[in-house]
Amino acid sequence: MKRTLEWQIATVTAIKPETAEVTTLTLRLPDWTAHRPGQHYDIRLTAEDGYAAQRSYSVASEPERTGEVDITVERIPDGEVSPFLLDTVVVGDRFEVRGPIGGYFVWDGSVGGPLLLVAGGSGVVPLMAMLRHRAAARVSAPARLLYSARTYEQIIYGPELDMLVGQNGLKVSYTLTRQQPPGWKGYGRRIDDAMLRDVSAPLGQDVLAYVCGPTALVEVAADGLERVGLPADRIRTERFGPSGT
Amino acid sequence: MSEPIDEELVLDGNAVAGALSEIYGDDMTTVLAECASCGQVDPIGGLVAFVHAPGIVLRCTACATVIIRIVHTPKRTLVDVQGKRIPQPPTGT
Amino acid sequence: MPEKFVTRGFVGRRESAGTQANRIPPGQHLVKDFPVLSAGPTPRTDLAKWTFGIEGLVKEPAQWRWSEFQKLPAQEFVKDISCVTKWTKLDTHWRGVSLDILLEHVELDRRAAFVTAFSDGGYTTNAPLPELIDGQAFVAYGYEGKPLAPEHGGPARLVVPHLYFWKSAKWIRGLRVMDKDVPGFWESLGYNNHGDPWKEERYTGD
Repeated sequence: MKRTLEWQIATVTAIKPETAEVTTLTLRLPDWTAHRPGQHYDIRLTAEDGYAAQRSYSVASEPERTGEVDITVERIPDGEVSPFLLDTVVVGDRFEVRGPIGGYFVWDGSVGGPLLLVAGGSGVVPLMAMLRHRAAARVSAPARLLYSARTYEQIIYGPELDMLVGQNGLKVSYTLTRQQPPGWKGYGRRIDDAMLRDVSAPLGQDVLAYVCGPTALVEVAADGLERVGLPADRIRTERFGPSGT
Repeated sequence: MSEPIDEELVLDGNAVAGALSEIYGDDMTTVLAECASCGQVDPIGGLVAFVHAPGIVLRCTACATVIIRIVHTPKRTLVDVQGKRIPQPPTGT
Repeated sequence: MPEKFVTRGFVGRRESAGTQANRIPPGQHLVKDFPVLSAGPTPRTDLAKWTFGIEGLVKEPAQWRWSEFQKLPAQEFVKDISCVTKWTKLDTHWRGVSLDILLEHVELDRRAAFVTAFSDGGYTTNAPLPELIDGQAFVAYGYEGKPLAPEHGGPARLVVPHLYFWKSAKWIRGLRVMDKDVPGFWESLGYNNHGDPWKEERYTGD
């Protein structure tokens, strides 16, 4: 489907802290088009003297929420853009965006399932769009999220994931790699083949996998999923820089 | 074993989807690319991308050979396609 | 150029030039960190296998192994560097071997006019020979008192501070002396063949 990508001016209508270092911005778009979960928008910030910086952010919200998109931004220490988005931007501010972009790392109900989502840190953002859409569209194919975070406090969307669990057979497994709270019953180590086998085996042979996070995690998980038996063409990956791209 | 700073530099074709869409007039991330050196085939979205550079370089996931290079100058965008199966960009880019 | 939409409150991460303004080429801004830019994965060459060579239009090619290269007369260099992506860093401290010293080990053919520098990973860049002699270029293996880090081009990189820094090839393995000027990796795709920051020679045709 050919469509020219044009820049448009988005308005921030809501700001929601998710964790200490992560915040979601809701952007109202005058020229909103339904995105496919997994797609992203490019944003462009321009200073008075013309200096511009551009970044990409995955859409966190489901396409069923029309007219606006959520982007979830993680603070990069000494970053150029994320501290601006987290510390300076207020409701009512506007900046240029372009999108939705991407056709490879996307999933929606029409693609089918079962679905295995593997997230590292802020890599959970595009996968959350997939899960929110799955719930809104009442997709019944089974789905599982394996979510790797450093600590419990760094889990993004925790309460919402708790609510989604069980709906239409969604299961969520967490692995906390740096520190686990007392009584923790989830995994407590970096993703490895054994963990991937645990989470993928119940989903059967037709499973589609989407892996998103820092490059090192994506490579370990994608290679591991192949080793435990998933065909390479049923594994899609998206490497994130420290915050989106 | 790559160091953390190297990891941050390495993204994938998804990160370049906007630039490719501008060049080709359509999303290119599902188009299959074949490495001219080792024959590895990957969707463009899955190619390894280096974006912190004077230009963008997409490389083979198996052998790191260059598959696509993109440079944006103020006056024009230049594209060099070295991989196989990828259409040449429309003229006038 | 489309009219720009200015984003309230955005300034970007740029240092004020202050009293150093006259040392910053046009269109550049000052940085205090050392940005890492790469066109490809960081090579990890085993030093036991590393060599640096000068080949091409020379009577006899020269080659040094790492241990031999370390024995060449080395100097400390303090230079300002400018990247075409608009950052400039002042007073960078390097340790390395001047190209003048390296070229003493070969006899140049009278047709020798240009140099292609080639690196691990396939990167190349080009320059006229007169721009690489008389103290204008060196092969560096130390930066700020430490061995040059891999992400910045270690074990050794070319440094040509009077040209945009894409000409300072990381992970350099040799120089090919030629009678033809062959545009390198970026020069062949829109970047200026010469690259003088003071004349803002960024792109072809500048």
